[in-house]
Amino acid sequence: MRFDQRHLLGIEPLRPDEITTLLDLADQYVTLSRRREKHSNVLAGLTQINMFFENSTRTQASFEIAGKRLGADVMNMAMQASSIKKGETLIDTALTLNAMHPDLLVVRHPHSGAVDLLSQKVHCAVLNAGDGRHEHPTQALLDALTIRRAKGRLHRLNIAICGDIAHSRVARSNILLLGKMENRIRLVGPSTLVPSTFGEFGVEIYDDMREGLKDADVVMMLRLQKERMDGGFIPSEREYFYRWGLDAEKLSHAKPDAIVMHPGPMNRGVEIDGTIADDINRSVIQEQVEMGVAVRMAAMDLLARNLRARPTELSA
Amino acid sequence: MTTPAATSQPTKAPSGPMTDISTLITNARLIDPEAGTTREGAVLLTGGRIAEVFDTPTPEVTNATILDANGAFLAPGIVDIGVKVGEPGERHKESYKTAGLAAAAGGVTTIVTRPDTPTPIDTPEVLSFILERAEDDSIVHTLPMAALTKGREGREMTELGFLLDAGAVAFTDCDHVVSDTRVLQRAMSYARSLGALIMAHPQEPGLSKGAAVTAGKFATLRGLPSVSPMAERMGLDRDIALVEMTGVRYHADQITTSRALPALERAKANGFDVTAGTSMHHLTLNELDVADYRTFFKVKPPLRSEDDRQATVEAIRSGLIDIIGSFHTPQDEESKRLPYEEAASGAVGLETMLPVLLRLYHSGELDLPTLFRALSLNPAKRLGLEAGRMAKGAPADLVLFDADKPLVLDRSRLQSKSKNTPFDGARLQGKVLGTWVAGTRVYGGA
Repeated sequence: MRFDQRHLLGIEPLRPDEITTLLDLADQYVTLSRRREKHSNVLAGLTQINMFFENSTRTQASFEIAGKRLGADVMNMAMQASSIKKGETLIDTALTLNAMHPDLLVVRHPHSGAVDLLSQKVHCAVLNAGDGRHEHPTQALLDALTIRRAKGRLHRLNIAICGDIAHSRVARSNILLLGKMENRIRLVGPSTLVPSTFGEFGVEIYDDMREGLKDADVVMMLRLQKERMDGGFIPSEREYFYRWGLDAEKLSHAKPDAIVMHPGPMNRGVEIDGTIADDINRSVIQEQVEMGVAVRMAAMDLLARNLRARPTELSA
Repeated sequence: MTTPAATSQPTKAPSGPMTDISTLITNARLIDPEAGTTREGAVLLTGGRIAEVFDTPTPEVTNATILDANGAFLAPGIVDIGVKVGEPGERHKESYKTAGLAAAAGGVTTIVTRPDTPTPIDTPEVLSFILERAEDDSIVHTLPMAALTKGREGREMTELGFLLDAGAVAFTDCDHVVSDTRVLQRAMSYARSLGALIMAHPQEPGLSKGAAVTAGKFATLRGLPSVSPMAERMGLDRDIALVEMTGVRYHADQITTSRALPALERAKANGFDVTAGTSMHHLTLNELDVADYRTFFKVKPPLRSEDDRQATVEAIRSGLIDIIGSFHTPQDEESKRLPYEEAASGAVGLETMLPVLLRLYHSGELDLPTLFRALSLNPAKRLGLEAGRMAKGAPADLVLFDADKPLVLDRSRLQSKSKNTPFDGARLQGKVLGTWVAGTRVYGGA
């Protein structure tokens, strides 16, 4: 059982055995979280700061709960309302933070690579909670845990990732993770949202959803990221739903026991039919939220162990 | 999905007494654009299709009404891509009924309509409406094109998928160039995944804005705002680069300048799915025809130099330019009786196209099989239609014409509601004697 990372900036640097280590630990935290008494103190004495430069409710709440369950001192900084509005650069923000001596820093940023830049300037462990359209590693890990628990394995599965791939950091992290674990990945969506360059990641690309879903074990729907679009990617929401929205008919092309996933928040009637999302026999969307807390607990636990194993860094 | 038009073509077979009876057209000179030949023969029409093509002028056939062509030419009916009908919104300029009558009188058996009506044809709802109107009123096959972007404003693509399902055979913003290259790229990419055909107007919009004539000595003399012929090549170059990026099926509506031809040739040599058309006016008129500010000669793009006209004719002959269209654009008198700069562009052409283009046959510039390759065969092939061929089994869409009969064109006698032809009073040679659509005679009957 090894986990050799100082930060969790993305799926890209992780080895398959590190992913398995993290998921195995997360399984234990699922058990802990389902108990009446959920508290552990593995992060006791550590300071966790959640810095969200982009709006988030669920991810921020999930990280906050994860940290509190493990006994960390958790603090949220809503960066949109703070000093960056006053012109502070990201690096200045990092230096300010260093002075507060956090141990775990959870960062979401609208620009790809910004979390990576910040991690080079701070002394603590950094967890990427989503940077631009680059990576969202804890989302991919929670998806992996959900799949592994539902399907009993995380390899040799047919996984269809559908919708707005181009703007999705969730898709990139999932493609990397599920690829490392040796699954067959199909990307399904309009050519404007699934650029053909994704073909170079060893995945198959379909613009016909029925073909793309054929014999899928897992159907992963993505949110149409209207806020990241400056218009003109799709003709209209109604045509999008007609061609790429998940409904019962399209889902019937997948395996009978295929599970349906969505990272949320959903646009019902755009990328997914509400009745599919609510179908407890197919939809694992609620489980995904539950796994999210467990995976984040595991990630912070592992990073904190590595942090404690290192000599204390310069304390100015 | 590859040939959406083939399945969506409405079959025009008005239930008349003629439909189930065979017709034998004898003593005809058959123009076969596929074989590139003209030969004596006869054609038997049964059930809306060409049942047989005979190499003898008077074959023995029982149970058929015989029509003696007396040596006139019989060719596959014209498929005219880019016809403007005024519905919805400008029915006083042209209705489906009058457009159909004008087409039939001109040997045009399929009109492919433009979406640049006052209410653009940019939603499946509007498309369904005009399809119903065409079905009720037009006596020739009518296939609609739909707008590529909403309102033809170049900002957001239309519902290409729904429009394709509703019967659109191609997508075009007509003379509105999509100047935002990223919007065009996305629309092309989306269209490619549907297998849809895009028809664009190759033009650099910044250069052509406000232009009324082609830059040159004549434009300077007349003091009219002008556009360099280079704007066409620039537009085509950009579009071809996007075709290379997206792989979309692309048709340039009108190539009218010699400078654009090498770019077109390269694109075809590189194997891109690119075709091009040109207009009857750019093949038969040049910039000097505008003379004293005659607004009936104002078309878009503007008439070019004589060198460009000759190069365009040569490109039709070689097959580099695939398709000739009338770009039939009905305008009322009020929109033409204005100072040249303010006058509306466009000319009617459905009825005059064949006799006007026969000028090129009489002058020895084009032979008849080549002409009908560009008028009938190539446009049908581009849209995935079975029409355009003089062959057994092909749809019985035919035009019978006397290539020599002289006439002086009188615009007041045109079938179109609008009479804006630049050929009023022109001495022409060639008259349509009969037009058949799906085996039914729609023009020239007894």
